[in-house]
Amino acid sequence: MFFSFMLLFSRQGKLRLQKWYVPLSDKEKKKITRELVQTVLARKPKMCSFLEWRDLKIVYKRYASLYFCCAIEDQDNELITLEIIHRYVELLDKYFGSVCELDIIFNFEKAYFILDEFLLGGEAQETSKKNVLKAIEQADLLQEVRHLIKITVDK
Amino acid sequence: MALKIVKGSIDRMFDKNLQDLVRGIRNHKEDEAKYISTCIDEIKQELKQDNIAVKANAVCKLTYLQMLGYDVSWAAFNIVEVMSSSKFTYKRIGYLAASQCFHESTDVIMLTTNQIRKDLSSPNQYDTGVALTGLSCFVTPDLARDLANDIMTLMSHTKPYIRKKAVLIMYKVFLKYPESLRPAFPRLKEKLEDPDPGVQSAAVNVICELARRNPKNYLSLAPLFFKLMTSSTNNWVLIKIIKLFGALTPLEPRLGKKLIEPLTNLIHSTSAMSLLYECVNTVIAGQYWFSVGSKELCVQKLRILIEDSDQNLKYLGLLAMSKILKTHPKSVQSHKDLILQCLDDKDESIRLRALDLLYGMVSKKNLMEIVKKLMLHVDKAEGTTYRDELLTKIIDICSQSNYQYITNFEWYISILVELTRLEGTRHGHLIASQMLDVAIRVKAIRVFAVAQMATLLDNAHLLTGNMQRNGICEVLYAAAWICGEFSEHLENPMQTLEAMLRPKVATLPGHIQAVYVQNAAKLFATILKSQEGNTDSTAAQDTSQLMIDRLPLFVQSANLEVQERASCILQLVKYIQKLQQKDVEVAEEVNALFAGELNPVAPKAQKKVPVPEGLDLDAWINEPPSESESEDEQPKAIFAKEEPKHSRPRHTEVDEKELARRREARKQEQANNPFYIKASPSSQKVYQDAPGVEHIPVVQIDLSVPLKVPGLPMSDQYVKLEEERRQKERAEKKKKEKKKRKEKRSGRGKKHDSGPESEEDITPAHQVDIVTEEMPEVKENHSSKFSNIFFLHLLFWVCDDKKSSKHKKKKQKKEKEEKEKKKKKKHHHHHHHSDGGGEESVQNGTVEEEEPLPVSLSHRLINPQVVYDIQGNLQDGSQVVVSVIFENKCDSFLKSMEFNVLDSLNSKLQRPEGSGPHDGLTVPFQLPPGVSNEARFVFTVQSIVMPQKLKGTLTFIVKVDSSTHEKLDFKLHFTCTSYLITTPCYSDAFAKLLESGDLKGSSVRLEGVNMPFHHLLARICFHHHFSIVERIDSCASMYSRSIQGHHVCLLVKTSGQTVSIDAKCDEPTLLGNVLDEIKQTFSQC
Repeated sequence: MFFSFMLLFSRQGKLRLQKWYVPLSDKEKKKITRELVQTVLARKPKMCSFLEWRDLKIVYKRYASLYFCCAIEDQDNELITLEIIHRYVELLDKYFGSVCELDIIFNFEKAYFILDEFLLGGEAQETSKKNVLKAIEQADLLQEVRHLIKITVDK
Repeated sequence: MALKIVKGSIDRMFDKNLQDLVRGIRNHKEDEAKYISTCIDEIKQELKQDNIAVKANAVCKLTYLQMLGYDVSWAAFNIVEVMSSSKFTYKRIGYLAASQCFHESTDVIMLTTNQIRKDLSSPNQYDTGVALTGLSCFVTPDLARDLANDIMTLMSHTKPYIRKKAVLIMYKVFLKYPESLRPAFPRLKEKLEDPDPGVQSAAVNVICELARRNPKNYLSLAPLFFKLMTSSTNNWVLIKIIKLFGALTPLEPRLGKKLIEPLTNLIHSTSAMSLLYECVNTVIAGQYWFSVGSKELCVQKLRILIEDSDQNLKYLGLLAMSKILKTHPKSVQSHKDLILQCLDDKDESIRLRALDLLYGMVSKKNLMEIVKKLMLHVDKAEGTTYRDELLTKIIDICSQSNYQYITNFEWYISILVELTRLEGTRHGHLIASQMLDVAIRVKAIRVFAVAQMATLLDNAHLLTGNMQRNGICEVLYAAAWICGEFSEHLENPMQTLEAMLRPKVATLPGHIQAVYVQNAAKLFATILKSQEGNTDSTAAQDTSQLMIDRLPLFVQSANLEVQERASCILQLVKYIQKLQQKDVEVAEEVNALFAGELNPVAPKAQKKVPVPEGLDLDAWINEPPSESESEDEQPKAIFAKEEPKHSRPRHTEVDEKELARRREARKQEQANNPFYIKASPSSQKVYQDAPGVEHIPVVQIDLSVPLKVPGLPMSDQYVKLEEERRQKERAEKKKKEKKKRKEKRSGRGKKHDSGPESEEDITPAHQVDIVTEEMPEVKENHSSKFSNIFFLHLLFWVCDDKKSSKHKKKKQKKEKEEKEKKKKKKHHHHHHHSDGGGEESVQNGTVEEEEPLPVSLSHRLINPQVVYDIQGNLQDGSQVVVSVIFENKCDSFLKSMEFNVLDSLNSKLQRPEGSGPHDGLTVPFQLPPGVSNEARFVFTVQSIVMPQKLKGTLTFIVKVDSSTHEKLDFKLHFTCTSYLITTPCYSDAFAKLLESGDLKGSSVRLEGVNMPFHHLLARICFHHHFSIVERIDSCASMYSRSIQGHHVCLLVKTSGQTVSIDAKCDEPTLLGNVLDEIKQTFSQC
């Protein structure tokens, strides 16, 4: 299964999140991103969610103004990829409380933390929504409230 | 004061956190790049602070900027600093940044090993978790090696949270450091039975991935997985296990039998489409070990998927269907209706999938029906891409496996003709090549094809709308060629000829015009033939006049090919007209130009001809020409023959040893020679003498459905006819058809009677010829050699006995063409020369006719004049065209003229391929008494700075009462002037050229020149190819350029009878010679 990468981008083609599970140079990443964003945005809304691209299969789905786009290998199951994308959206929704694009823009590191709890190295590591959210909450608790000014002044 | 500084720095430090940055970027949409560059400057300042919180904040912002596409690799070390913070808050940010920004070539990764190890063993599970997550993104082989042990330990961590992460990341470690797999595997296997379902599924995932790469090592796990499969309720895990079994069954077919039951159960019971799809796919992929019944079940389920309103399911259903098609085409074919329905889908990707399926589903029975349906789609398709795709698919479907499924080629031709009505398609050439292919290979269809093509040509204006831009006009290429080549089948050739010579044709692309012109000539030949039989001779002359009237349009074409052919044919027709006026019958000879038929030869046919016994193809027929043994050895060989006792044994010795070497050398040479063609004509002839010709495979396609006489050319008609026909009784019908066709065929022309198809095999309606058995000697050579080249080129060899002369002609024409532009000017020159009659020496083309009159009487008798003019070729800096006018001043007929020049190192006469360096060129005409004609010869010249003389001879046959061979020596004087080309130059460019300082000067004084200044200038311009840049009173600047781009500038001044010329040129030698030549011009007057 192991995804190659996952991209989130807006209808305007702005990248909102990227996670690469294969080591690639920045240049290649940019090139792939540009190409895929163009291809996916050019597709008509009624079209199916799959396309063959290079030797990979691209599975994408649009939620409101955001496109979620994953690359999987040839033998992988497209439908389960769609389910994983959907699960991630559900997680974001639960965490932010009816998530919108702005939540992801302004808290992009949180979006990454959730994704990292859900997928590891491109593979779903936790099938239970509850477990993922629990892990995130606990990690967040550890993260102290920032008393940055105090620290600096103390110093 | 101090407080103020502190405060200020605080302000600066904390003016932006991530949210502020994001907001700022959103507010600076106009000048985003500028804003971000100031942000990056701030971040750089922040990173210089010792405070880790500030640094973490900066790194967090950098991570965001990295996503926007900015390079942050310079901050890699700061990222490592933040990663090593003891506070989870910062560590989390640091690892996130690292996982986003680091890749294998990031060198600071080396510094992280110990930090990561520390974090992995942290008592805080979240520290460990963050480290594992980060590592999964940037693990390198070094990290994998160093940390494999630590991660392996974590697989048995007390917390399932850590265990599942450790198990998953092991997969990445295996990839980077495969040696770790063996020691880690037992523990990994253990995790399959972990009490925590998350860890268990992680282990399944990893093993499944591993097994997909190398299944045979994991066969022993099959029972364990089987147990998991029957017990697990987690769909995602089930999918993994099924995938794993999919990889294992090819190695252990017994597994298939065991699996089929649980799989069918799942297919029946599951509501999860992803699981159903996985099961179906696995059953399909297991081609041999799953029963036919289970495949049927899959096809049924797929049908449900395809019928679903969800586009995704439809798409996947079709995708899976195409996999079944490969092994079980029958079970898919029964769902043709459904697949055809998908062609109407809104989603293009679904339509394309359906098209793919159709390709494999056609049979002789349903081809017409399917194509009909596709044609409907072509009509209503919106996007050109999809329509083009449809078009190629239709052609693919019809032409697959050598037109296997086509039962009626008239129908196919009609389809192709209908396709030409598509606007804006790019695939005109595809349609065209199909038309050509069918018309050439299916002899029986030619009458019909020709009629259709004639209509196409007639209605070319319908296509011409915006034809220039789209590719559909390519069809006219095929149409013109078919009409020309098979013109004997044309019903109204005159009308077609007129259509081909319409002025509008000139707007077509050049290569198509060229075909038009060439085939107009073929048509012309056919028409002449039919008209000459009649008593009314004016008709034939009218036809010639039509050609003469219309062809000049093409002679003016900018396209060289068109121009060349048109002018060639125009001359031919003029000549024919002359003969016609004298009431000479020419049709036979004109037809001979295009006589013979093209026979398609399979590219591999040559190989099938067996080599006759005792023939060694590698052996030399003649003494091999060797490059190493130079001339001085050859006399030896001759000498040796006189002493046979010594030479015989030595000779054979050389043969055996040398032969291998020579063979090798020859092979090498052949490999390097792009013009070498494997089947050499000489060996070919040997084959023909042998009895093996019958072995050339004649592929006949068995077409059970006989030819239908068409009412209308619409393809739909054929479908109807086909249906009607099928209703009738077959056997009876067949007999009738046979008779009908026999009649038809015999009425169609004698040509076919000799063909092999008319003798016994009557079953196929149209036969696709791969090879016909009668292969005329030369033709077949060429058609096999040039099978990849366009037919037009073949035409040069169609007439076999004239092959060699035609070949040469073509060459010469090409050379001539290069100079076409200068033609007019040249003509002027020639007039001048011929007026002078060779007696007067003209400077730029000196008549250096060596006329040693006393040598022989015959020379005086014959006395042909050779006048020539040398012109440089601007396109090619090393080519010079010499136009030679031959004038016969004697009373006898001159023929078989051969022009030859002794090449110098610097200048060489261009000879056709294959002729030796000393061979002469045949002058392509004969000279009756008192007639002059012009021929052109191309020379390659390396250096143009020096003048030179080439010695040459002209040999010819004089026909008085008996023929005598005669020879005339001459010299060609290549003056430096002849390498100059009149090039206009503006005064400012001229001034710049002089200022540039690249030119070297020289000057010359002419005394006693007694002519007006403008005459003098005109003389320089005329004889030496200069142009006047500027003239002020008795002073003028002049310019010229050599064919190799040297600039020559002159400043000519006159006072009284003295003329001084100051000259500048970038090549002093050239300049010196040009000035000498100028001086000579004036010394002679």
